[in-house]
Amino acid sequence: MTMSLAVAINTFREAVRDRVLYNLIFFALLMIAAAVLVGQISIGIERLVIINLGLTAISVVGLAMAVFIGVGLVYKEMDKRTLDALLSKPIRRWEFLFGKYAGLLLTLAVNTTLMTLGLGTALCYVGRTFSRADASILVAVYFIGLELALVTALALLFSCFSTPMLSAVFTLGLYVGGVFTADIRSLGAMTGSPALGAMGKVLYYLLPNFHNFNAIALAAHGRAVPMSLIAANTAYATAYIAVVLLAAAAILSNRDLK
Amino acid sequence: MASPAIEIENLTKDYRVGFWRKQRRRAVDGLSFTVESAEVFGFLGPNGAGKTTTLKLLMGLIFPTAGTARILGRSIEDVRMHRAIGYLPEQPYFYDYLTARELLDYFARFFGYGAAERRERIARCLKRVGLTAAAEVQLRKYSKGMLQRVGIAQAILHDPEVVFLDEPMSGLDPIGRREVRDIILELKKQGRTVFFSTHILADAEMLCDRVAVLLAGKLKGVGTPSEIVSIAVEGLEVLVEMPDGRALPPALAARATRTGSRYRLEVAEKELYAALEQLRGSDARVLSVAQLKPTLEDYFFELVGRERARAFAVDVSEK
Amino acid sequence: MQIWLRALAVPVLFAGGVAPLQTRIDAQTQSVAREEEELLLRSGRLLRKLSLGYESLLADVYWTRAVQYYGRKRVGHDPHFDLLASLLDLTTTLDPHLVVAYRFGAIFLAEPPPRGAGRPDLAAEFIHRGIAANPDQWRLWADLGFLYYWDLKDYAKAADAYLEGSRQPGAHPWMKAMAARIAQQGGSRQTSQLLWSELYDSTADPNIRRNAFEHLQTLKAEEDAEQLEKIVHEYQVRFAATPTSVGDLVRAGLLPSSPVDPAGYPYLLGPGGNVLLHPSSPIASDILGSRPR
Repeated sequence: MTMSLAVAINTFREAVRDRVLYNLIFFALLMIAAAVLVGQISIGIERLVIINLGLTAISVVGLAMAVFIGVGLVYKEMDKRTLDALLSKPIRRWEFLFGKYAGLLLTLAVNTTLMTLGLGTALCYVGRTFSRADASILVAVYFIGLELALVTALALLFSCFSTPMLSAVFTLGLYVGGVFTADIRSLGAMTGSPALGAMGKVLYYLLPNFHNFNAIALAAHGRAVPMSLIAANTAYATAYIAVVLLAAAAILSNRDLK
Repeated sequence: MASPAIEIENLTKDYRVGFWRKQRRRAVDGLSFTVESAEVFGFLGPNGAGKTTTLKLLMGLIFPTAGTARILGRSIEDVRMHRAIGYLPEQPYFYDYLTARELLDYFARFFGYGAAERRERIARCLKRVGLTAAAEVQLRKYSKGMLQRVGIAQAILHDPEVVFLDEPMSGLDPIGRREVRDIILELKKQGRTVFFSTHILADAEMLCDRVAVLLAGKLKGVGTPSEIVSIAVEGLEVLVEMPDGRALPPALAARATRTGSRYRLEVAEKELYAALEQLRGSDARVLSVAQLKPTLEDYFFELVGRERARAFAVDVSEK
Repeated sequence: MQIWLRALAVPVLFAGGVAPLQTRIDAQTQSVAREEEELLLRSGRLLRKLSLGYESLLADVYWTRAVQYYGRKRVGHDPHFDLLASLLDLTTTLDPHLVVAYRFGAIFLAEPPPRGAGRPDLAAEFIHRGIAANPDQWRLWADLGFLYYWDLKDYAKAADAYLEGSRQPGAHPWMKAMAARIAQQGGSRQTSQLLWSELYDSTADPNIRRNAFEHLQTLKAEEDAEQLEKIVHEYQVRFAATPTSVGDLVRAGLLPSSPVDPAGYPYLLGPGGNVLLHPSSPIASDILGSRPR
């Protein structure tokens, strides 16, 4: 595991030096503007709007990072040949892969945490003290985190065999598809054709169901998220990610490097 | 003494080419040879011969279509064996955003060294390749030659038993080349095996205990440099100067090449004295008599064909 | 020097070239004039799908649009609120728990123009949707009851609504009292004042509050008018003549001083002795007389 850890730290360091974390400045500005202006635009629902805005921004920014950095994780090293020297060391390919994954996850975790703190600050400014209901904000952020972990895994998978442009398209495509899985399934059922109905069902289980992780509305209205959902989502994400990483490791381990 | 450092048996690599990936291009064809412990082994061949492909096969970066190889008695699929080998890739490129020290530190972590030992090893390696001054500069600012040195540093950082160098001299100025040569000789003195590929024949001649010659993926010969050279060129070279624009005796003139008032003659050993007698009769001044030594270059000329060898003539002149 | 010239050229070209050209194009295509009155998508469900999981924020955007739409219409004295229902519908499809939107719709879809869309039927439908999605919000029952009471003048249904609402957990006790009161008395000014006052206190939304405030002012003015008319009648009985101004009443000792309306303007008497508001008074004359008697 020390191998993967070394790779993870290096991946994080690369993100920092590539100034990826500067996106936080944009987020900070957004939160400041929102906190200051929300009183003028929507009286009585300030908390609601700030939470909606904050969580949406956290999700969108995180997604962008996960996709655009993720699709280059392995590809860049293969393309630039940095992988040649690295793999001549006593490190297995899957250890390298896991390290890259962990590194990007670490970057995302740091980014998301800082953004959540910013959101909390904006809420304070708008005059709220924190109550029990605000725990659902943290749950919503946690769900976004699970989502990002899954998207990163997918981006990583594609990164093992496809160019960044195509990988980004595939990954985003899977994300959008994953948001609509319920509709795909009902669409298949609606057509009346048993074949399409079956296909709809298969796709429903095959595609990553990202709609599971949407708790923004719940958090905005201060409604609690049931523990059972938290546990189920965690298990689902873990299982799906494991499958994706296994596939990625298999692909990478059998691939000729350029 | 010890078992061979590298054993290659029928190593073959095919690539699928063409739009539908139907055709096969054989990059390495049934390679079989051995490299002994503590020897400096040169892997020669023109560009595109398959040298880099062979090295990548040995490093486990690409997978053979057929055949096997063992390094230090372990299969090339055994990742743990990598603890004992070092590798300098062709045209090395490392992480832009790291400094040389950070890069070496990163790689050093894969060998489980503690912080103090890492520091010590890195300092030593940087000194050996002459990069101590530039150690804190980001690699994005490094010249090609400096990258080459970093590459060598990371290859020897962990004191490997076998060192693989792909074109170690490329990108270096003559001083740099001398330094790399010294490093290779030092490694040999330490009892390590050095396997390096090059198309600069003069270096191979000077450094290698043995060489292998690769052409279009096929092994053309393995042995000491002198064994390889099978051209039975014997004879001597006689340099003569003729005063006042006089001509050589006609019998000799036909076989001589002339530059100004100097002539160069190639004579068979047994004809030497006869030729000298002829020269004595004229007013020729003999400048030198030297043995014609065949070189690897000659071997290549014959082997590869004049057109392709012309590319090497440039390299040879950089000696 | 060169650099400054080049740097200056950018804003100059923009102001002098690009912007006026755009104005020309706009004049020709009349695109700007039309954009306000159209909604690109009317299907809430489609919009929800397209929002890719971010429907909560999109709901806030549409809510803001709805409020601004209403504000714009009021400022421009435009009595047509055609898009209000759609905008509120989209908002609540995106976020079914945005209670303030249902309350807003309950009031301003029902209020007659120029205050609202004048569609109490739509408003009732809307609230029912809100109640279905938010059964724990007893205030929505109160809003429904008020709708029946004020706009539809259906006191039976109003009482039912207040009663149903009083049964929800956390409901204010006055819900039950209101149900009984309306069932007994039907519509009365006092009940109306209570209800508008309750509405005013129950929300932070500025539009709803202003509307409630104006209604309360009007009701107070009507109350005052009734009182004043009684005094006018007194005067007629006593002096067998119709007073021409409020001053007459004061001089006759029937009034201690010249009374003012809730906005601070003095009341006036019309030719027949009827009470009128001062012409400069900001009290909404459009809703005078709309109360149940």
